[in-house]
Amino acid sequence: MLAFVLRRLLQSVLVLLGVSVIVFGLLHLTGDPTRLLLPLEAREEDVRQLRALLGLDDPLWVQYLRFLSRAVRGDFGLSFKHQVPALTLILQTLPATLELTAAGLGLALAVAVPAGILAALRRNSLLDVICSVGVLMGQAMPVYWLGLLLIMVFAVGLGWFPAAGRDGLVSLVLPATALGAFSMARIARMARSGMLEVLAQDYVRTARAAGLRTFVITYKYALKNAAIPLVTIVGLEFGILLGGAVITETVFAWPGVGRLAVDAIFSRDYPLVQAIVAMLSTLFVLINLAMDLVYTYLDPRIVFVRGKQ
Amino acid sequence: MSEAASPAVVAPLGPVAAPVRRRVSFRAAFGITVLLLMGGAALAAPQIAPWDPGRQMLAKRLRPPVWEARGLAEHPLGTDHLGRDILSRIVYGGRISLGVGLSAVTLSGLIGVSLGLLAGFHGGRTDAFIMRVVDVFLAIPYILLAMGVVFALGPSLLNVILVMAVTRWVQFARIVRADVLSIREREFVSGARARGNRSMRLLLRHVLPNALTPIIVVATLELAFMIIYESALSFLGLGVQPPTPTWGWMLADGRNYIATAWWLATLPGLAIMLTVLAVNLLGDWLRDTLDPRLKI
Repeated sequence: MLAFVLRRLLQSVLVLLGVSVIVFGLLHLTGDPTRLLLPLEAREEDVRQLRALLGLDDPLWVQYLRFLSRAVRGDFGLSFKHQVPALTLILQTLPATLELTAAGLGLALAVAVPAGILAALRRNSLLDVICSVGVLMGQAMPVYWLGLLLIMVFAVGLGWFPAAGRDGLVSLVLPATALGAFSMARIARMARSGMLEVLAQDYVRTARAAGLRTFVITYKYALKNAAIPLVTIVGLEFGILLGGAVITETVFAWPGVGRLAVDAIFSRDYPLVQAIVAMLSTLFVLINLAMDLVYTYLDPRIVFVRGKQ
Repeated sequence: MSEAASPAVVAPLGPVAAPVRRRVSFRAAFGITVLLLMGGAALAAPQIAPWDPGRQMLAKRLRPPVWEARGLAEHPLGTDHLGRDILSRIVYGGRISLGVGLSAVTLSGLIGVSLGLLAGFHGGRTDAFIMRVVDVFLAIPYILLAMGVVFALGPSLLNVILVMAVTRWVQFARIVRADVLSIREREFVSGARARGNRSMRLLLRHVLPNALTPIIVVATLELAFMIIYESALSFLGLGVQPPTPTWGWMLADGRNYIATAWWLATLPGLAIMLTVLAVNLLGDWLRDTLDPRLKI
């Protein structure tokens, strides 16, 4: 068990190192970062000054180590546009993004898990069909389109919710729905197939043969086992939602990290872009690490299965 | 493949007995029909589209679809804020969505399958290394990475395809690796090895063909994803650049008119949804038909 946890920790560190290489590489994509950092019409002298300032004349690996040693201390440099440390900006906007992501995920789970399980229990019923159609639609609708439709109907048309901005719980409803829809579809699908799989297990048949009531079998035995795989999904979905938040925040003018990132990309604010990519990736890695550990606790068999891989 | 009852249990939206199987094939038929229509329209865009997609007719700007009061018969789906024909733009936009989607899936499939084969077949350090790289790509918010890269390199058609492929190959690599891990233990592989086949030949002639099913299914589902991905990049202004019409760009354009001209943002979105839905239905059907035990 301890070995598993340690190995998993080491893996996470390696992944974060890999992320740092990519984030570092982002700035060196075109070969000469000054071309990304300065406007096209910059003078030769400015270019030279910036090169010296950023230490771009050092060998690449020296630059990388310098970048890494700063990054682990949370120092990604000043945002060009805002002239404040990139990390400060992220910490200011992160709560809004986490709020949106958590609301989207919460909504997705609250609707999808009961829906998926009911659909599995009442297979081929009207509910199951509605659920399937919902899943298919949810998986095919781009988040920004759904967002625009929601704005069109519920903000512009009915005037029930604000179309943009972050102002209390009411303003959270539309963005969270748009963001959560895709996950909702995936989770409902997983919950349904997971439940069906569990219901087909031998122990369920045995319980039924032993005369246990369907209610007890379903809710006491089957449900618990069907819920386990969902734990892993939640971790992965959280990462997907963090990515989806970039688009959702743009559609709803939600003042989170995603919008900050889009803005930073368009204003060539590369230190800020690097910091955001690094922070969101780290968040994803940590959440998945936590989920894996919870999973191991819920289903200890996983240690042996993964140990073999 | 196992007996009739078990695939039904495992396949998420899968069939049980005869009557339900018919419903599934209806789904597949629907998906294939829509795809053929969309693909055909995209291929024959110059012949089908009633107007040049870039032609601006300012006198007829912001006309609604034909079934609304101010609609014009010559613009069945209406016109945009520059008086361009929506139907023609959607038909032409399909070329980008499907073309970019297919190219990106092909490229990411080539990268992912090769690395997945290597990882699964060689195991050991190669496997550990490739799988950590996979984890890295899973951890990074791909849309931000793609935006950063496209912005740095310039939003050309080729760059968009490259970036989409490079951020999504992991989907192929994971599934292929998992499959190869079990295939390489099978007897026909050791048999082929014992006959003195080299690794490369072993991989291409004996292992790869047996891993094709999940690859086909993943490719289909990834195509659906790529279509959404491309339109998202376009929507954010970092896809294929105007004046080339793309569905995502049309949506972004229509965003400013949602209060007055609902059709601008609604119709291209509908095109995306229908196409993605069709591809997903095809993918589900392929999975259920080829190997219902696949968990993708």
